[in-house]
Amino acid sequence: MKHTLSVLVENKPGVLARIAGLFRRRGFNIDSLAVAPTEDTRYSRMTIVVDLEGKPLEQVTKQLHKLVNVIKVSDLKPSEALERELALIKVGATTPNRAQIIEIVDIFRAKIIDVSRTTLTVEVTGTADKIDAITNLLKPFGIKEIARTGKVALTRGSKEQ
Amino acid sequence: MKLTGAAALVKTLEKEGVEVIFGIPGGATLPFYDALKDSEKIHHILMRHEQCAAHAADGYARASGKVGTCSATSGPGATNLVTGIVNAYMDSIPILAITGQVPSKVIGTDAFQEADTTGITLPAVKHSYLVTDAKEIPRIVKEAFYIALNGRPGPVVIDIPRDVLQTEIDYYYPDEVDLPGFKPTLKGHAKQIKLALKEMLNAKRPVIFAGGGIITSGASKELLEFAELMNIPVAYTLMGKGAFPEIHKLSLGMIGMHGTKCGNYAVTESDLLIGIGVRFDDRATGRLDRFAPHAKIIHIDIDPAEIGKNVPIDIPIVGDAKTILKQFLEAAKKMITKESINQKEEWHKKIKDWKKKYPLTYPQDNALRPQYVVEQIYELTKDKKTIITTGVGQNQMWAAQYYKVTKPRTFISSGGLGTMGFGLPAAIGAQVASPDSLVIDIDGDGSIQMVSQDLATAVYNNLPIKIVILNNGYLGMVRQWQQLFYKKRYMAVDLAVGTPDFVKLADAYGAVGIRVTKKKEVKSALEEAFKTPKTVLIDVWIEREENVFPMVPAGAALDEIIGGLEK
Ligand SMILES: Cc1ncc(C[n+]2csc(CCOP(=O)(O)OP(=O)(O)O)c2C)c(N)n1
Ligand SMILES: [Mg+2]
Repeated sequence: MKHTLSVLVENKPGVLARIAGLFRRRGFNIDSLAVAPTEDTRYSRMTIVVDLEGKPLEQVTKQLHKLVNVIKVSDLKPSEALERELALIKVGATTPNRAQIIEIVDIFRAKIIDVSRTTLTVEVTGTADKIDAITNLLKPFGIKEIARTGKVALTRGSKEQ
Repeated sequence: MKLTGAAALVKTLEKEGVEVIFGIPGGATLPFYDALKDSEKIHHILMRHEQCAAHAADGYARASGKVGTCSATSGPGATNLVTGIVNAYMDSIPILAITGQVPSKVIGTDAFQEADTTGITLPAVKHSYLVTDAKEIPRIVKEAFYIALNGRPGPVVIDIPRDVLQTEIDYYYPDEVDLPGFKPTLKGHAKQIKLALKEMLNAKRPVIFAGGGIITSGASKELLEFAELMNIPVAYTLMGKGAFPEIHKLSLGMIGMHGTKCGNYAVTESDLLIGIGVRFDDRATGRLDRFAPHAKIIHIDIDPAEIGKNVPIDIPIVGDAKTILKQFLEAAKKMITKESINQKEEWHKKIKDWKKKYPLTYPQDNALRPQYVVEQIYELTKDKKTIITTGVGQNQMWAAQYYKVTKPRTFISSGGLGTMGFGLPAAIGAQVASPDSLVIDIDGDGSIQMVSQDLATAVYNNLPIKIVILNNGYLGMVRQWQQLFYKKRYMAVDLAVGTPDFVKLADAYGAVGIRVTKKKEVKSALEEAFKTPKTVLIDVWIEREENVFPMVPAGAALDEIIGGLEK
């Protein structure tokens, strides 16, 4: 079972190591992790996707809370959260199939951000499913390289977290 | 006021009330030791190994309730502290470890005596700091004390590069700490308190299960009052020894692997278990799916992460044990009924029967048995202000079984980590914390050999600790397991060859050594030792293959307890 945690932490050296260390020591699995400073640079927000593998979510959140640098931990339910990932996909492109690739890019509202004689690089944002889908469609053209961020997430609308 | 980082460190330590530091200096801490030389408030005790410095700070903290401070230089000094830090972490003991680090500009280059101290200790500290700016020293030190002591206590490491110690700053002392991510809950939720209390009133076979958290919180008085008011018997863990007077009629004794049969049976048959400041460790609970199988479980703990970690909890209450027991007492006085007290009578009768039927016993013959030695220590010191520390192994369990503790902070043992070698340095720390106590280290011949160099520390500081070695010439606890579960195929447990003459060893260090080889010599040797105002080592040659009973085999349930004679 996967959960998305939004963790507000103090923006201090070593905090990432503490969190990664905690997950390792307690045997929790990090699926993906994204981190950057918030609107207030004293704090950073980490979006952590954790694969519980039968472990209680409560243990993860409570152990996180015990870290002195962790200020807030929220479990984001998919229905209440806005979730996005970003991927850069470099696909092999020959003159005959360029048009087909561009068509797929358009359908997914992705962008082409680099063109070379033999490749196109596509930037796509969206849910993990969407990125999986476009990746699958581009596969037949030959994906040379792919870089994918972890998930970032916030709660919807006025609901503060 | 302009001060160097080192002087600022010393000044802030003084302001935090530090009276003693256990440590060993080195290159990276030279500036710190230079500043310490000028301190009139802080006494430095030079240990002979950094592991002992950490354990001494730990023993000091357990005996006093204050933060214990230790110090080591960068690299090997710091890595030598690690066992002591992990030990303190496992038992939730507030210690501060100050370590030197190589100069900032060479950090990360594998410089001479560089070790990644904050990295190495990361999984076993409550918090840690690598100081990069001397201006931060006062704030960090103040925070460190606050964090170590508040909430669930634990070790804090401050790692300071040498150049940071040498940098001049404008000194300030912060009035407050600002830690947005550290706000322990103290007061119990009122609704939960009421709910729990109702269960306690309705229960017919309740048991209070007390842990080290009672001692940490200073809640022994409240626990006694509450247990008596509610007429509920009290069992405890090894760490909970001293939380409740063991000779009280409501005491069920220690439970767990080498607990009393009465305690283990009572927990198993209880209909309500009230855990306070315990973490349901496997040595205490035995097989988890058969732990207190008929009971609803209430769990009171300051650390929310402990609640539900090992055992599903029916009524969780997060908060400080003392505060919550006070809340319970207040509410109980209104809600208690005669009926609620009376309906527990049958339970008390049953417990009385168990106690009578299954006392802790051992053969009463002429052999020199360790249980007898501990009993004699108890008899001779029960009316004195006494602190017991222990090694790890059989000696620790005999001490736990036969020394009846009545006051908190007087039984000091390595519970969570089970660190051989803890006993002697912990006794040093405890004696420093409590100069007027009779401090007795009940130790093993194997354990003491891991730390015997620190006899020097005890002697040169004129610490009149008494070290009683229950000398079986074995790594006895391991031998016991090999005997019981590995067909007596003894492997790597015989210490008889190579063990030093402990009396001569004591003599070499300038301590008093006494050897006891017969049962009839025990009492007089102990009396002699207890009235000698010096470090005394008593080497007691006990029955070599005596075992610790009763015992719950690993993986078995508490009521599958074996051994011990029936009366
Ligand atoms: C540092 C350390 N190493 C190994 C062990 C494993 N161990 C547990 S008890 C024990 C034997 C202890 O021997 P001794 O101190 O003589 O005590 P006894 O059991 O004989 O009373 C050992 C080796 C340990 N607990 N700690
Ligand atoms: Mg031994």
